[in-house]
Amino acid sequence: MTAINNRYEFVYLFDVKNGNPNGDPDAGNLPRLDPETNQGLVTDVCLKRKIRNYVALEKENTAGFDIYLQEKSVLNNQHKKAYEALEIKHEAKKLPKDVAKARELTSWMCANFFDVRTFGAVMTTEINAGQVRGPIQLAFATSIDPIVPMEISITRMAVTNEKDLEKERTIGRKHIVPYGLYRVHGFISAKLAKQTGFSEDDLQLLWRSLTNMFEHDRSAARGEMAARKLVVFKHDNAMGNAPAHKLFDLVKVSRKDGEDGSPARRFSDYAIEVAQNLPEGVSVQEVF
Amino acid sequence: MNYGIKLLIWGDRACFTRPEMKAERVSYDVITPSAARGILEAIHWKPAIRWVIDSIKVLKPIRFESIRRNELGAKLPANSITKGIKEKSTAGVIKFIEEDRQQRATTLLRDVAYVITAHFELTDQAGTDDNAGKHLDIFNRRAKRGQYFHMPCMGNREFPAYFELVENDQELDSAPELKGEKDLGWMLHDIDFANDNTPLFYRAIMRDGLIEVPEILASEVKS
Repeated sequence: MTAINNRYEFVYLFDVKNGNPNGDPDAGNLPRLDPETNQGLVTDVCLKRKIRNYVALEKENTAGFDIYLQEKSVLNNQHKKAYEALEIKHEAKKLPKDVAKARELTSWMCANFFDVRTFGAVMTTEINAGQVRGPIQLAFATSIDPIVPMEISITRMAVTNEKDLEKERTIGRKHIVPYGLYRVHGFISAKLAKQTGFSEDDLQLLWRSLTNMFEHDRSAARGEMAARKLVVFKHDNAMGNAPAHKLFDLVKVSRKDGEDGSPARRFSDYAIEVAQNLPEGVSVQEVF
Repeated sequence: MNYGIKLLIWGDRACFTRPEMKAERVSYDVITPSAARGILEAIHWKPAIRWVIDSIKVLKPIRFESIRRNELGAKLPANSITKGIKEKSTAGVIKFIEEDRQQRATTLLRDVAYVITAHFELTDQAGTDDNAGKHLDIFNRRAKRGQYFHMPCMGNREFPAYFELVENDQELDSAPELKGEKDLGWMLHDIDFANDNTPLFYRAIMRDGLIEVPEILASEVKS
Protein backbone atom coordinates (compact mmCIF):
# COMPACT_ATOMS: atom_id res chain seq x y z
CA MET A 1 0.00 0.00 0.00
CA THR A 2 1.57 3.28 -1.03
CA ALA A 3 1.49 6.17 1.37
CA ILE A 4 -0.32 9.44 0.71
CA ASN A 5 1.66 12.09 -1.14
CA ASN A 6 -0.10 15.24 -0.06
CA ARG A 7 -0.18 17.25 3.08
CA TYR A 8 -3.65 17.95 4.47
CA GLU A 9 -5.22 20.11 7.10
CA PHE A 10 -8.81 19.86 8.17
CA VAL A 11 -11.42 21.76 10.11
CA TYR A 12 -14.01 19.54 11.73
CA LEU A 13 -17.18 20.83 13.33
CA PHE A 14 -19.46 18.80 15.55
CA ASP A 15 -22.19 19.71 17.95
CA VAL A 16 -23.85 18.41 21.07
CA LYS A 17 -27.41 18.85 22.23
CA ASN A 18 -28.36 18.11 25.80
CA GLY A 19 -25.37 15.94 26.40
CA ASN A 20 -21.85 15.85 27.78
CA PRO A 21 -19.34 15.58 24.95
CA ASN A 22 -16.31 15.07 27.20
CA GLY A 23 -16.40 14.94 30.99
CA ASP A 24 -13.68 16.52 33.10
CA PRO A 25 -12.37 14.05 35.68
CA ASP A 26 -11.05 17.01 37.66
CA ALA A 27 -14.48 18.57 38.00
CA GLY A 28 -16.72 15.65 38.88
CA ASN A 29 -17.38 14.81 35.22
CA LEU A 30 -18.67 18.27 34.38
CA PRO A 31 -18.23 19.08 30.69
CA ARG A 32 -14.73 20.39 30.10
CA LEU A 33 -14.40 24.16 30.16
CA ASP A 34 -11.66 26.57 29.27
CA PRO A 35 -11.53 28.48 32.57
CA GLU A 36 -10.46 31.70 30.88
CA THR A 37 -13.13 31.93 28.22
CA ASN A 38 -15.82 29.44 29.35
CA GLN A 39 -15.62 27.82 25.94
CA GLY A 40 -16.21 24.10 26.01
CA LEU A 41 -13.33 21.72 25.35
CA VAL A 42 -13.05 18.22 23.95
CA THR A 43 -9.59 16.70 24.17
CA ASP A 44 -7.72 15.24 21.23
CA VAL A 45 -7.58 11.83 22.89
CA CYS A 46 -11.36 11.78 23.31
CA LEU A 47 -11.85 12.17 19.55
CA LYS A 48 -9.10 9.68 18.73
CA ARG A 49 -10.83 7.12 20.93
CA LYS A 50 -13.99 7.56 18.83
CA ILE A 51 -12.07 7.22 15.57
CA ARG A 52 -10.53 3.99 16.87
CA ASN A 53 -13.92 2.69 17.94
CA TYR A 54 -15.44 3.49 14.56
CA VAL A 55 -12.63 1.78 12.67
CA ALA A 56 -12.90 -1.25 14.94
CA LEU A 57 -16.61 -1.44 14.09
CA GLU A 58 -16.28 -0.92 10.35
CA LYS A 59 -13.22 -3.09 9.87
CA GLU A 60 -14.07 -5.81 12.33
CA ASN A 61 -11.49 -8.58 11.98
CA THR A 62 -10.15 -7.20 8.71
CA ALA A 63 -6.46 -7.89 8.39
CA GLY A 64 -4.44 -4.70 8.57
CA PHE A 65 -7.08 -2.79 10.48
CA ASP A 66 -6.58 -4.09 13.99
CA ILE A 67 -6.82 -1.53 16.74
CA TYR A 68 -3.90 -1.56 19.12
CA LEU A 69 -5.38 0.50 21.93
CA GLN A 70 -8.64 -1.35 22.30
CA GLU A 71 -11.01 -1.11 25.12
CA LYS A 72 -10.59 -4.50 26.75
CA SER A 73 -7.48 -5.33 24.83
CA VAL A 74 -4.16 -6.69 25.84
CA LEU A 75 -1.33 -4.38 24.94
CA ASN A 76 1.59 -6.64 25.54
CA ASN A 77 -0.16 -9.49 23.80
CA GLN A 78 -0.21 -7.31 20.70
CA HIS A 79 3.54 -6.78 21.02
CA LYS A 80 4.02 -10.46 21.58
CA LYS A 81 2.12 -11.13 18.37
CA ALA A 82 4.73 -9.03 16.58
CA TYR A 83 7.59 -10.93 18.10
CA GLU A 84 5.99 -14.27 17.48
CA ALA A 85 5.11 -13.42 13.89
CA LEU A 86 8.70 -12.48 13.22
CA GLU A 87 10.22 -15.13 15.46
CA ILE A 88 12.43 -12.69 17.26
CA LYS A 89 13.56 -13.32 20.78
CA HIS A 90 12.72 -10.33 22.93
CA GLU A 91 14.95 -8.70 25.42
CA ALA A 92 13.51 -6.73 28.26
CA LYS A 93 13.32 -2.95 27.90
CA LYS A 94 15.80 -2.52 25.09
CA LEU A 95 15.04 -2.41 21.42
CA PRO A 96 16.44 -5.43 19.65
CA LYS A 97 20.11 -4.72 19.08
CA ASP A 98 19.75 -5.47 15.42
CA VAL A 99 18.39 -2.24 13.96
CA ALA A 100 16.93 -4.01 10.94
CA LYS A 101 14.92 -6.32 13.18
CA ALA A 102 13.70 -3.41 15.29
CA ARG A 103 12.54 -1.73 12.12
CA GLU A 104 10.83 -4.93 11.06
CA LEU A 105 8.90 -5.02 14.34
CA THR A 106 7.80 -1.44 13.99
CA SER A 107 6.71 -1.86 10.40
CA TRP A 108 4.81 -5.00 11.34
CA MET A 109 2.92 -2.97 13.95
CA CYS A 110 2.23 -0.23 11.40
CA ALA A 111 1.04 -2.68 8.76
CA ASN A 112 -1.33 -4.47 11.08
CA PHE A 113 -2.72 -1.76 13.31
CA PHE A 114 -4.68 1.15 11.87
CA ASP A 115 -4.23 3.35 14.92
CA VAL A 116 -0.49 2.79 15.08
CA ARG A 117 0.06 3.96 11.51
CA THR A 118 -2.43 6.81 11.95
CA PHE A 119 -1.73 8.26 15.38
CA GLY A 120 1.50 6.51 16.22
CA ALA A 121 2.24 4.71 19.45
CA VAL A 122 4.95 4.46 22.04
CA MET A 123 5.72 0.81 22.16
CA THR A 124 8.61 1.08 24.54
CA THR A 125 6.98 -1.36 26.90
CA GLU A 126 8.81 -4.21 28.54
CA ILE A 127 8.57 -6.06 25.28
CA ASN A 128 9.86 -3.29 23.13
CA ALA A 129 8.48 -2.67 19.69
CA GLY A 130 9.86 0.81 19.22
CA GLN A 131 8.18 4.17 18.88
CA VAL A 132 6.04 5.41 16.01
CA ARG A 133 5.02 8.95 15.25
CA GLY A 134 1.82 8.95 13.25
CA PRO A 135 0.91 11.38 10.47
CA ILE A 136 -2.33 12.57 12.08
CA GLN A 137 -2.15 15.26 14.68
CA LEU A 138 -5.30 16.58 16.34
CA ALA A 139 -5.59 19.65 18.53
CA PHE A 140 -8.12 20.25 21.29
CA ALA A 141 -11.66 20.97 20.10
CA THR A 142 -13.08 24.23 21.40
CA SER A 143 -16.64 25.43 21.27
CA ILE A 144 -17.39 28.49 19.16
CA ASP A 145 -19.23 30.24 21.97
CA PRO A 146 -18.96 29.93 25.75
CA ILE A 147 -21.03 27.01 27.00
CA VAL A 148 -23.16 26.83 30.11
CA PRO A 149 -23.15 23.34 31.58
CA MET A 150 -26.30 22.41 33.48
CA GLU A 151 -26.55 20.01 36.35
CA ILE A 152 -29.63 17.84 36.15
CA SER A 153 -30.73 15.84 39.16
CA ILE A 154 -32.28 12.50 38.36
CA THR A 155 -33.85 9.84 40.53
CA ARG A 156 -33.75 6.11 40.37
CA MET A 157 -36.61 4.08 41.78
CA ALA A 158 -34.33 1.55 43.34
CA VAL A 159 -31.40 1.36 45.73
CA THR A 160 -28.15 -0.55 45.43
CA ASN A 161 -27.71 -1.83 48.99
CA GLU A 162 -30.17 -3.64 51.11
CA LYS A 163 -29.44 -1.39 54.09
CA ASP A 164 -30.69 1.59 52.07
CA LEU A 165 -34.01 -0.11 51.47
CA GLU A 166 -36.06 2.39 53.44
CA LYS A 167 -34.74 5.24 51.30
CA GLU A 168 -36.65 3.76 48.36
CA ARG A 169 -34.83 5.74 45.73
CA THR A 170 -31.46 7.25 44.95
CA ILE A 171 -30.69 10.60 43.45
CA GLY A 172 -28.05 10.99 40.78
CA ARG A 173 -26.60 13.85 38.81
CA LYS A 174 -26.15 14.40 35.11
CA HIS A 175 -24.22 17.20 33.55
CA ILE A 176 -25.27 18.42 30.17
CA VAL A 177 -24.46 21.14 27.71
CA PRO A 178 -27.77 22.44 26.28
CA TYR A 179 -26.04 23.20 23.00
CA GLY A 180 -22.47 23.57 21.83
CA LEU A 181 -20.84 23.71 18.42
CA TYR A 182 -17.22 22.57 18.62
CA ARG A 183 -14.40 23.16 16.19
CA VAL A 184 -11.24 21.13 15.94
CA HIS A 185 -8.18 21.43 13.73
CA GLY A 186 -6.27 18.46 12.34
CA PHE A 187 -2.98 18.04 10.51
CA ILE A 188 -1.80 15.24 8.27
CA SER A 189 1.89 15.07 7.44
CA ALA A 190 2.68 13.34 4.15
CA LYS A 191 6.24 12.70 5.26
CA LEU A 192 5.26 10.90 8.45
CA ALA A 193 2.63 9.00 6.45
CA LYS A 194 5.45 7.66 4.33
CA GLN A 195 7.21 6.40 7.45
CA THR A 196 4.17 4.51 8.74
CA GLY A 197 2.57 3.58 5.40
CA PHE A 198 -0.62 5.57 5.93
CA SER A 199 -2.36 5.13 2.56
CA GLU A 200 -5.09 6.77 0.51
CA ASP A 201 -7.51 4.06 1.70
CA ASP A 202 -6.62 4.88 5.28
CA LEU A 203 -7.30 8.52 4.56
CA GLN A 204 -10.74 7.73 3.16
CA LEU A 205 -11.40 5.59 6.22
CA LEU A 206 -10.39 8.50 8.43
CA TRP A 207 -12.84 10.81 6.67
CA ARG A 208 -15.54 8.14 6.99
CA SER A 209 -14.84 7.76 10.67
CA LEU A 210 -15.06 11.51 11.21
CA THR A 211 -18.34 11.50 9.30
CA ASN A 212 -19.92 8.62 11.16
CA MET A 213 -18.21 8.16 14.49
CA PHE A 214 -20.85 9.88 16.61
CA GLU A 215 -23.55 7.67 15.06
CA HIS A 216 -21.94 4.71 16.81
CA ASP A 217 -21.18 6.42 20.08
CA ARG A 218 -24.67 6.92 21.45
CA SER A 219 -25.01 6.79 25.18
CA ALA A 220 -26.99 8.24 28.04
CA ALA A 221 -24.27 10.75 28.79
CA ARG A 222 -23.59 12.02 25.28
CA GLY A 223 -27.05 13.29 24.32
CA GLU A 224 -27.33 14.10 20.66
CA MET A 225 -23.94 14.54 19.09
CA ALA A 226 -23.51 15.04 15.37
CA ALA A 227 -20.75 15.70 12.89
CA ARG A 228 -21.67 18.92 11.13
CA LYS A 229 -18.92 19.87 8.76
CA LEU A 230 -15.58 18.60 7.54
CA VAL A 231 -13.51 20.95 5.42
CA VAL A 232 -10.33 19.44 4.04
CA PHE A 233 -7.44 21.45 2.62
CA LYS A 234 -5.21 19.49 0.30
CA HIS A 235 -1.74 20.73 -0.60
CA ASP A 236 -0.24 19.83 -3.96
CA ASN A 237 3.17 19.71 -2.39
CA ALA A 238 4.03 17.03 0.17
CA MET A 239 5.64 19.71 2.34
CA GLY A 240 2.63 21.97 1.89
CA ASN A 241 1.82 25.08 -0.11
CA ALA A 242 0.55 27.44 2.59
CA PRO A 243 0.79 27.96 6.35
CA ALA A 244 -1.79 25.95 8.28
CA HIS A 245 -3.09 28.90 10.29
CA LYS A 246 -3.88 30.85 7.12
CA LEU A 247 -6.01 27.97 5.86
CA PHE A 248 -7.85 27.63 9.15
CA ASP A 249 -8.64 31.34 8.97
CA LEU A 250 -10.53 30.66 5.74
CA VAL A 251 -13.23 28.78 7.63
CA LYS A 252 -15.39 31.24 9.50
CA VAL A 253 -18.11 30.20 11.88
CA SER A 254 -20.40 32.94 13.13
CA ARG A 255 -23.79 33.44 14.68
CA LYS A 256 -26.47 34.29 12.19
CA ASP A 257 -27.57 37.89 11.89
CA GLY A 258 -29.81 39.23 14.56
CA GLU A 259 -29.31 36.33 16.88
CA ASP A 260 -26.32 37.69 18.74
CA GLY A 261 -26.84 37.77 22.45
CA SER A 262 -29.38 34.99 22.56
CA PRO A 263 -28.00 31.56 23.43
CA ALA A 264 -27.44 29.26 20.48
CA ARG A 265 -29.57 26.13 20.68
CA ARG A 266 -29.30 24.56 17.25
CA PHE A 267 -26.89 24.25 14.38
CA SER A 268 -28.98 26.59 12.23
CA ASP A 269 -28.10 29.39 14.66
CA TYR A 270 -24.66 29.36 13.08
CA ALA A 271 -23.43 30.28 9.64
CA ILE A 272 -20.34 28.60 8.22
CA GLU A 273 -18.42 30.27 5.49
CA VAL A 274 -15.52 28.77 3.60
CA ALA A 275 -13.67 31.55 1.79
CA GLN A 276 -12.71 30.57 -1.73
CA ASN A 277 -9.59 32.73 -2.09
CA LEU A 278 -7.28 29.75 -1.66
CA PRO A 279 -3.53 30.07 -1.78
CA GLU A 280 -1.97 28.61 -4.92
CA GLY A 281 -1.49 24.88 -4.81
CA VAL A 282 -4.16 24.28 -2.17
CA SER A 283 -7.54 22.81 -2.96
CA VAL A 284 -10.47 22.61 -0.61
CA GLN A 285 -12.93 19.80 -0.26
CA GLU A 286 -16.05 20.03 1.84
CA VAL A 287 -16.52 16.36 2.65
CA PHE A 288 -19.94 17.13 4.11
CA MET B 1 28.85 34.93 7.73
CA ASN B 2 25.68 34.72 9.69
CA TYR B 3 23.43 31.77 9.04
CA GLY B 4 20.97 32.70 11.74
CA ILE B 5 17.23 32.45 11.45
CA LYS B 6 14.41 33.99 13.42
CA LEU B 7 11.12 32.19 13.71
CA LEU B 8 7.93 33.43 15.33
CA ILE B 9 5.92 30.61 16.86
CA TRP B 10 2.63 30.78 18.68
CA GLY B 11 -0.14 28.56 19.97
CA ASP B 12 -3.17 28.39 22.24
CA ARG B 13 -1.61 25.88 24.59
CA ALA B 14 1.82 24.49 25.38
CA CYS B 15 3.37 21.97 27.74
CA PHE B 16 7.14 21.82 28.09
CA THR B 17 7.16 19.16 30.75
CA ARG B 18 9.50 19.50 33.71
CA PRO B 19 11.35 16.20 34.00
CA GLU B 20 10.88 16.18 37.78
CA MET B 21 7.11 16.49 37.37
CA LYS B 22 6.26 14.27 34.48
CA ALA B 23 3.69 11.87 35.88
CA GLU B 24 1.28 14.70 36.42
CA ARG B 25 2.91 16.96 33.89
CA VAL B 26 3.83 20.48 34.91
CA SER B 27 5.18 22.75 32.22
CA TYR B 28 8.21 24.98 32.49
CA ASP B 29 7.41 28.69 32.39
CA VAL B 30 8.78 28.98 28.88
CA ILE B 31 9.83 26.83 25.96
CA THR B 32 13.04 24.84 26.43
CA PRO B 33 15.87 25.01 23.89
CA SER B 34 15.28 21.33 23.16
CA ALA B 35 11.60 21.91 22.30
CA ALA B 36 12.58 24.89 20.17
CA ARG B 37 15.09 22.71 18.34
CA GLY B 38 12.33 20.14 17.77
CA ILE B 39 10.15 22.81 16.18
CA LEU B 40 12.91 23.85 13.78
CA GLU B 41 13.59 20.21 12.94
CA ALA B 42 9.88 19.72 12.16
CA ILE B 43 10.31 22.31 9.41
CA HIS B 44 13.72 21.32 8.08
CA TRP B 45 16.42 18.98 9.25
CA LYS B 46 18.97 16.67 7.75
CA PRO B 47 21.59 14.56 9.49
CA ALA B 48 24.11 16.93 7.94
CA ILE B 49 23.04 19.84 10.13
CA ARG B 50 22.52 20.54 13.80
CA TRP B 51 20.33 23.38 15.04
CA VAL B 52 21.70 25.60 17.80
CA ILE B 53 19.30 27.83 19.69
CA ASP B 54 20.81 31.25 20.41
CA SER B 55 18.01 32.99 22.22
CA ILE B 56 14.35 32.74 23.02
CA LYS B 57 12.16 35.79 23.25
CA VAL B 58 8.97 35.41 25.24
CA LEU B 59 6.26 37.63 23.81
CA LYS B 60 3.27 36.93 26.02
CA PRO B 61 2.68 36.86 29.78
CA ILE B 62 3.23 33.46 31.41
CA ARG B 63 -0.10 31.91 32.35
CA PHE B 64 -1.01 28.40 33.43
CA GLU B 65 -4.07 26.20 33.24
CA SER B 66 -4.80 22.67 34.31
CA ILE B 67 -6.44 19.84 32.45
CA ARG B 68 -6.97 16.26 33.58
CA ARG B 69 -7.22 13.40 31.14
CA ASN B 70 -7.60 9.65 31.17
CA GLU B 71 -4.29 8.11 30.27
CA LEU B 72 -2.86 4.66 30.09
CA GLY B 73 -1.04 3.56 33.21
CA ALA B 74 1.83 1.26 33.94
CA LYS B 75 3.28 -1.41 31.72
CA LEU B 76 3.33 -5.10 32.29
CA PRO B 77 6.43 -6.44 34.04
CA ALA B 78 8.67 -8.46 31.76
CA ASN B 79 8.90 -11.45 34.08
CA SER B 80 5.18 -12.17 33.87
CA ILE B 81 5.63 -12.46 30.12
CA THR B 82 8.68 -14.72 30.35
CA LYS B 83 6.64 -16.78 32.79
CA GLY B 84 3.82 -16.92 30.29
CA ILE B 85 6.21 -18.06 27.61
CA LYS B 86 7.68 -20.72 29.84
CA GLU B 87 4.24 -22.00 30.75
CA LYS B 88 3.15 -21.70 27.13
CA SER B 89 0.07 -19.83 28.18
CA THR B 90 -1.01 -16.27 27.63
CA ALA B 91 -3.49 -16.47 30.48
CA GLY B 92 -1.29 -14.53 32.87
CA VAL B 93 -0.10 -12.05 30.27
CA ILE B 94 -3.15 -9.87 30.33
CA LYS B 95 -3.86 -6.20 30.65
CA PHE B 96 -7.09 -4.30 30.25
CA ILE B 97 -7.15 -0.60 29.57
CA GLU B 98 -10.21 -0.37 31.74
CA GLU B 99 -8.18 -1.61 34.67
CA ASP B 100 -5.15 0.43 33.87
CA ARG B 101 -6.55 3.87 33.46
CA GLN B 102 -4.86 6.74 35.18
CA GLN B 103 -6.28 10.17 35.47
CA ARG B 104 -3.45 12.59 35.13
CA ALA B 105 -3.47 16.34 35.33
CA THR B 106 -1.39 18.51 33.05
CA THR B 107 -0.49 22.00 34.13
CA LEU B 108 0.01 23.69 30.81
CA LEU B 109 0.74 27.12 29.44
CA ARG B 110 -1.92 29.20 27.76
CA ASP B 111 -1.65 31.54 24.82
CA VAL B 112 2.07 31.47 24.13
CA ALA B 113 4.23 33.18 21.53
CA TYR B 114 8.01 33.13 21.16
CA VAL B 115 10.66 34.28 18.78
CA ILE B 116 13.37 31.67 18.37
CA THR B 117 16.73 32.89 17.19
CA ALA B 118 18.91 30.04 16.03
CA HIS B 119 21.60 28.99 13.63
CA PHE B 120 22.88 25.64 12.51
CA GLU B 121 26.19 23.95 12.24
CA LEU B 122 27.26 21.27 9.84
CA THR B 123 27.88 17.89 11.41
CA ASP B 124 30.48 15.34 10.44
CA GLN B 125 27.79 13.59 8.42
CA ALA B 126 27.72 16.49 5.98
CA GLY B 127 28.61 15.44 2.48
CA THR B 128 30.35 17.43 -0.19
CA ASP B 129 27.12 18.94 -1.51
CA ASP B 130 25.98 20.08 1.93
CA ASN B 131 26.71 23.71 2.36
CA ALA B 132 25.21 25.99 4.93
CA GLY B 133 23.67 28.27 2.35
CA LYS B 134 21.63 25.46 0.85
CA HIS B 135 20.12 24.38 4.13
CA LEU B 136 19.46 27.97 5.16
CA ASP B 137 17.62 28.53 1.88
CA ILE B 138 15.54 25.40 2.33
CA PHE B 139 14.59 26.37 5.86
CA ASN B 140 13.73 29.95 4.99
CA ARG B 141 11.71 28.92 1.97
CA ARG B 142 9.73 26.36 3.93
CA ALA B 143 9.11 28.65 6.88
CA LYS B 144 7.98 31.44 4.59
CA ARG B 145 5.54 29.19 2.76
CA GLY B 146 4.29 27.49 5.87
CA GLN B 147 5.69 24.16 4.76
CA TYR B 148 6.59 21.50 7.26
CA PHE B 149 7.86 17.94 7.50
CA HIS B 150 5.41 17.35 10.31
CA MET B 151 3.33 19.99 12.07
CA PRO B 152 5.52 21.43 14.82
CA CYS B 153 4.10 21.34 18.31
CA MET B 154 4.42 23.12 21.62
CA GLY B 155 5.86 20.29 23.68
CA ASN B 156 3.01 17.82 23.10
CA ARG B 157 1.53 16.95 19.74
CA GLU B 158 -1.99 17.99 20.71
CA PHE B 159 -0.76 21.58 21.00
CA PRO B 160 0.13 22.71 17.46
CA ALA B 161 2.77 25.40 17.03
CA TYR B 162 1.94 27.87 14.26
CA PHE B 163 4.95 29.55 12.76
CA GLU B 164 6.06 32.43 10.59
CA LEU B 165 9.50 33.51 9.48
CA VAL B 166 10.62 36.81 10.99
CA GLU B 167 12.19 38.78 8.18
CA ASN B 168 13.94 42.08 7.60
CA ASP B 169 14.98 42.65 11.20
CA GLN B 170 11.37 43.07 12.17
CA GLU B 171 11.23 43.60 15.95
CA LEU B 172 8.57 41.85 17.98
CA ASP B 173 8.17 43.15 21.48
CA SER B 174 7.56 41.26 24.68
CA ALA B 175 4.49 42.05 26.75
CA PRO B 176 5.07 44.87 29.28
CA GLU B 177 4.43 42.36 32.11
CA LEU B 178 7.74 40.70 31.26
CA LYS B 179 9.84 43.80 31.96
CA GLY B 180 12.68 43.32 34.39
CA GLU B 181 14.78 40.31 35.26
CA LYS B 182 13.34 36.95 36.19
CA ASP B 183 15.28 33.90 37.23
CA LEU B 184 13.48 30.88 35.81
CA GLY B 185 15.72 28.46 37.70
CA TRP B 186 17.39 25.40 36.27
CA MET B 187 15.84 24.37 32.99
CA LEU B 188 16.43 21.53 30.61
CA HIS B 189 18.72 22.68 27.85
CA ASP B 190 18.76 19.55 25.75
CA ILE B 191 19.54 15.89 25.83
CA ASP B 192 23.05 14.85 24.88
CA PHE B 193 22.20 11.90 22.65
CA ALA B 194 25.83 11.20 21.91
CA ASN B 195 26.59 10.63 25.59
CA ASP B 196 24.07 8.06 26.76
CA ASN B 197 21.14 10.49 26.59
CA THR B 198 22.44 12.71 29.36
CA PRO B 199 20.08 15.57 30.11
CA LEU B 200 21.80 18.95 30.29
CA PHE B 201 20.50 21.87 32.33
CA TYR B 202 21.13 25.58 32.34
CA ARG B 203 20.16 28.51 34.50
CA ALA B 204 17.55 30.39 32.50
CA ILE B 205 17.41 34.11 33.17
CA MET B 206 14.77 36.14 31.39
CA ARG B 207 15.64 39.82 30.93
CA ASP B 208 12.80 41.91 29.55
CA GLY B 209 11.41 38.75 28.00
CA LEU B 210 14.66 37.64 26.40
CA ILE B 211 16.47 34.45 27.36
CA GLU B 212 20.00 34.02 26.09
CA VAL B 213 20.70 30.33 25.58
CA PRO B 214 24.30 29.24 26.20
CA GLU B 215 26.05 26.81 23.88
CA ILE B 216 25.22 23.24 24.79
CA LEU B 217 28.76 22.50 25.92
CA ALA B 218 29.31 25.83 27.65
CA SER B 219 30.58 25.70 31.24
CA GLU B 220 27.29 27.01 32.64
CA VAL B 221 25.45 24.01 31.27
CA LYS B 222 25.43 21.18 33.81
CA SER B 223 24.42 17.60 33.47
